[in-house]
Amino acid sequence: MFYALFGAVESGIIYAIMALGVYLSFRVLDFPDLTVDGSFVTGAAVAVVMIVNGVPPVLASLFAAVAGFIAGCITGILHTKGKINALLSGILMMIALYSINLRIMGKSNISLSDTTLFKQVESKSFIQSIDTFVNNGLSSLGVTGLPKTWSIVIMMIFITLAIKLLIDYFLKTDIGLALRATGDNIKMIRSFSANTDTLIILGIGISNALVALSGGLIAQLGGFADAQMGVGMIIIGLASVIIGEALFGKKTIPRITLAVIGGAIIYRMVVTLALRVDFLETGDMKMITAVIVIAALVAPKIMSTRKEKKRRLEKQAILKKQRAGEV
Amino acid sequence: MLRLRDVSMTFNEGTFDEKKALLNINLNLREGEFVTVIGSNGAGKSTLMNVVSGNLFPDVGDIYINKKQVQTLPEYKRSALIGRVFQDPMAGTAPSMTIEENLAMAYTRNKKRSLKLGVTKKRKELFQDYLKTLNLGLENRLKAKVGLLSGGERQALSLLMATFTDPDILLLDEHTAALDPSRAELITALTKEVIEEFGLTTLMVTHNMQQALDLGDRLIMMDKGQIILDIHGEEKKQLSIEDLLKEFQRIRGEQFEDDRAVLG
Repeated sequence: MFYALFGAVESGIIYAIMALGVYLSFRVLDFPDLTVDGSFVTGAAVAVVMIVNGVPPVLASLFAAVAGFIAGCITGILHTKGKINALLSGILMMIALYSINLRIMGKSNISLSDTTLFKQVESKSFIQSIDTFVNNGLSSLGVTGLPKTWSIVIMMIFITLAIKLLIDYFLKTDIGLALRATGDNIKMIRSFSANTDTLIILGIGISNALVALSGGLIAQLGGFADAQMGVGMIIIGLASVIIGEALFGKKTIPRITLAVIGGAIIYRMVVTLALRVDFLETGDMKMITAVIVIAALVAPKIMSTRKEKKRRLEKQAILKKQRAGEV
Repeated sequence: MLRLRDVSMTFNEGTFDEKKALLNINLNLREGEFVTVIGSNGAGKSTLMNVVSGNLFPDVGDIYINKKQVQTLPEYKRSALIGRVFQDPMAGTAPSMTIEENLAMAYTRNKKRSLKLGVTKKRKELFQDYLKTLNLGLENRLKAKVGLLSGGERQALSLLMATFTDPDILLLDEHTAALDPSRAELITALTKEVIEEFGLTTLMVTHNMQQALDLGDRLIMMDKGQIILDIHGEEKKQLSIEDLLKEFQRIRGEQFEDDRAVLG
């Protein structure tokens, strides 16, 4: 149980980078960008192929992000310059990326040997001694099912938080403000001499760079890239954003970005727990995701309607009493 | 400062719905001149504003701002020179962003936007000084989201955002029409103040004849895409609504059909 949840946290923190990308497109730019399903795989494919060909994993991961940035920019160009509907331009890019990803990989599935970013870190001797020390301590306390290494989780916490802080800062710069206004009131920011086309292209580019980076890291965590690994990714990202906002609030940008990371981790944990239920299988995961998103979208509305109804009934009861008293 | 030369624009040319929105418009605004534009619905007032702002491009004709030819310049480039306030109080500000962030975006209208922080301490002080001139207490609510402000407050903020960077041209598109009478009065007073303070070259469209007479030092009346009346200086000061209606009937020989204009 502990091990399963630990795994969920570990991958959740990596998926959080993808969720931050989805937050940028969906929430900040108000652009429902479906490129994500494709660009996640693009990131994985680029990272894995480069690593297999001897490129250092750090560099390969960065190139994964660059590939995602380019893919996102093309979606942005389709939408702004080609005047194609936002949803459709994302879908078109997603479909095109499926073929491009197969071309990058050469086949539909590639496995990685031992050289990944995580294995490199894990195998450092001082990290190993820390792992041994922590695990010895915990097992003496009676905790069982301990993970092999803590290094991945800790390293990813640093990387994801660094990305979060960068996004927080970026959205407060002059360009960042203009980008947010583009999603908030495009007519207004155009009247303040902002080139909204460029801002949309840039924003969707950055969003997909994060998604692809996340894809590249997930591929290194799992040890493979697969042409199908991006299916439904946009919904997972959206689920993370919605769950995070619902649970941790959305008052300020630093709060939301932290909430999105939390949402991504919680989503992974929920899925992990759901899969431990006897009658559910791995193949049911997408279905579970859909149910989570639907619940997260519908539940707050039902709750507020109920509250409203209750409030009215109470007021009506008071009125009734008053009238009865008068008569 | 603003010059339109032989500007014409036709919508749906060659179809049954053909509409000549602007017909050979020639207009010259001196620096610091404040012109009010009146006319019935469909007279071409909004099209006039839109071809100046770059929202629409004229079929023929030239537009100069500060001697620079701009008629082919896209809207986002032209808006470095132009301040605009829209009719809809929601249109001129970003609702989910704070007052200080909105002001920061307005502040960088005529500057290059970079990766430096938008709201700095120095800028904040500047914003507070400007907000104080509105007398709405907004200087104490820099971190409030603009969506929480009332329509009047938002329009006052829009007006400030459009003007405090001293644009070459200020365009006001019926900017008090959607407000209740007392708020409209407040915004009208602020408009007068701010235009005088910065000496802004202004083009203001209004449906309210009284407002058109009270404000500005020149009045033009449009009808069917043409400027049919252009009154300056002393003559404008003497003008009454009666005179305007008579003048209109004399030129067009028909009843001024716009109820709103008569009621105003």
